Amino acid sequence: MLQLFRKALTALVFISIVFSEDLLKYAKPKLSDYGFFIGDLANQQPKKNVLPYEVSAKLFSDYAIKSRFIVLPTSEKLKYQPNGSFIFPIGSTLIKSFYYPADLRAPDKNIRLMETRLLINTPEGWIGYPYVWNKAQTEAFLEIAGERLEVSFINSQGNHENFNYSVPNFNQCKGCHVNQNQMKPIGTKARLLNHEYDYAEGSMNQLRKWSMLDMINNLPEISSISHTPNYNNPNDGSLDERARAWIDINCAHCHRLGAPGETSGLFLNIEENNKTRLGVFKPPVAAGRATGNLKYTISPGKPEESIMVHRMLSKDPGIMMPELGRKLVHKEGVELVSEWIKKMKED
Amino acid sequence: MRYLITLLAFILINTLSASDIEKDLQTQFILAEPGDTIIIPEGSHNIRGTLSIDGKKDLIIRGFGMDKSILSFANQDEGAQGISITNSSNIILEDFSVKDSKGDAIKTQYVDGIIFRGITVEWSGGPKPSNGAYGLYPVQCTNILIEFCVAIGASDAGIYVGQSKDIIVRNSKAFHNVAGIEIENSINAEVYENHSYENTGGILVFDLPDLIQTKGDNIHVYQNLIENNNLNNFAPPGNIVGKVLPGTGVMILAANNVHIYENTIRNNKSVGTGIVSYFITEEPMTDKSYNPYTSDIHVYNNNFDRKVGLPTLDYEIGQLMAIKYGRTIPDIIYDGMQDPDISSGLCLQNNIKANFTNLDIEHNFEKWYSPFISNFSEDKSAHKCLTNHKRSTNSY
Repeated sequence: MLQLFRKALTALVFISIVFSEDLLKYAKPKLSDYGFFIGDLANQQPKKNVLPYEVSAKLFSDYAIKSRFIVLPTSEKLKYQPNGSFIFPIGSTLIKSFYYPADLRAPDKNIRLMETRLLINTPEGWIGYPYVWNKAQTEAFLEIAGERLEVSFINSQGNHENFNYSVPNFNQCKGCHVNQNQMKPIGTKARLLNHEYDYAEGSMNQLRKWSMLDMINNLPEISSISHTPNYNNPNDGSLDERARAWIDINCAHCHRLGAPGETSGLFLNIEENNKTRLGVFKPPVAAGRATGNLKYTISPGKPEESIMVHRMLSKDPGIMMPELGRKLVHKEGVELVSEWIKKMKED
Repeated sequence: MRYLITLLAFILINTLSASDIEKDLQTQFILAEPGDTIIIPEGSHNIRGTLSIDGKKDLIIRGFGMDKSILSFANQDEGAQGISITNSSNIILEDFSVKDSKGDAIKTQYVDGIIFRGITVEWSGGPKPSNGAYGLYPVQCTNILIEFCVAIGASDAGIYVGQSKDIIVRNSKAFHNVAGIEIENSINAEVYENHSYENTGGILVFDLPDLIQTKGDNIHVYQNLIENNNLNNFAPPGNIVGKVLPGTGVMILAANNVHIYENTIRNNKSVGTGIVSYFITEEPMTDKSYNPYTSDIHVYNNNFDRKVGLPTLDYEIGQLMAIKYGRTIPDIIYDGMQDPDISSGLCLQNNIKANFTNLDIEHNFEKWYSPFISNFSEDKSAHKCLTNHKRSTNSY
């Protein structure tokens, strides 16, 4: 009986979704409706106008592996910005799929797709739509209220991880992507794309490729564009650069001027140079119990006395940072930021 | 048609399990259109993640009463708030409760026009450092009205308004919080006819450094009953509110243009009303735009009362006061840090049963541990008000 009610409710919710054309008029009910991929949807074999890309520093998402694609409307172009994301023509779509292999040590095998998020640049601005993959892995359906999915995989140390993976709801998409009350893409900044990518037809710098494909207006000489390191690669940048890259991509979407974390006065974007605003000897403002009895966001030389590390280590929703999109601890990230704080001089 | 669907959905929801209610409420919050009223059904509903509202206009969220419609977050495993409202305008929250959220109970940010009416926010296990920081938590909002609300058990402030403008907090109750009501870095606030009791500190007006809205202004706190705020400070260490002395009625920290009048401030064992600069926190200050002094503070026509007894001995200042004054502690305590650039510091007038002391920390600080050679001044003559503040007739 209860099952029946649930089904009826789902149907009703779906009807009301169809009726509320406002929010959803730019969305299609299924991922396949967009026609981004050729053949078996789960293989995510992109069509010619759907270009895969990779960002150098990645947001940690519970060790999920992510594939990214960009689609521009025919013969329209991106506008380069020295700071921030490219400016996109209306009708552009960014596609990001989240998946787990059964064993992270064999990343191409036994893949389970979790969700595909579309960020669509509509005449009313960017809107994020989350699609959740079915069990059969044949289709992903729009799910605006989010979803919890049980996941297990074997991590890079060979240990089992079991947890409730969380697909964000429609509002939570905006929670991270908002800046000055406008949705914005996060990863499509020139500095995060300025590295080689393994295209089917050979390896090439992504900015060069996009430029060759006539996708960008006014791109300056690539050598003059900065490169944010891949924080996982010890040979890509100094400790300071790699730690700041991790903090930028994992924290600065909220902790920057114009974004929700600004209330705390803690600004963690890569451009920030004021030490107090970066957290050095900065007392917390509204952290509550999340301080972990520590006095400062960063205590130079003492990661174990730094609120930043304490909150990266926590899985308690009232303590952990980021607030959303993380159920596991990013061990490698904690090690990197701890090392950075440890080497930091007190002055 | 839409109405019919909402109605049908509502009937169905009442027959469904808790997790379906969570998903249904969240779906309604996402799909809401201007003018909609979303009903929180009767009963205690188990909610596991933050309920979020974003980018909405003219929305009412209504329960059947604070004792009848309860959102319980005791099993929350996701999100740092119970309810989060962002980037919206004209939102009314009415007649429901939020219990035991893992972080803040209800946070609203970038909202113009937010009413909290008849809302209870509570941590039901008593005052504990593991409780969430803030109960009602509007921040960076404009046009805020909080009325007929109750806040219980917050490990920072029960009712907290931060970095906001045009604020009314009235006819509400706050107890068993570290701070009952706190107004921080905010402009144009009226706090009146509230009952703040059995907190660590009753009502706080703070200006803190390193924030976006750097300076508060024009704060009126009047006709409140502020009593028995003698609870141990259970704020997790590291928080500025952890520095509030147990037994504080009103505390003004580094704030500007604050008027405290016609309140009854009684049986707060350590500080009836404290007026202190940021220097007293002994925290580092790197924000060059920040003014750490209090200025333009008016305290008048209040009724003070205090049972004879020791202040808190948990804090150095408490110990110092105990040694200096024994069991008869002054009601109004000023740290004496006058802004050298501003002539209007503190003015006192016609407070009933109010003893005063000026700690003069600038000259006594070095001798902090030698109260016998510290020079405190009980002389109020330097703090006369220039205008005659008449007592209003409808005093609490």
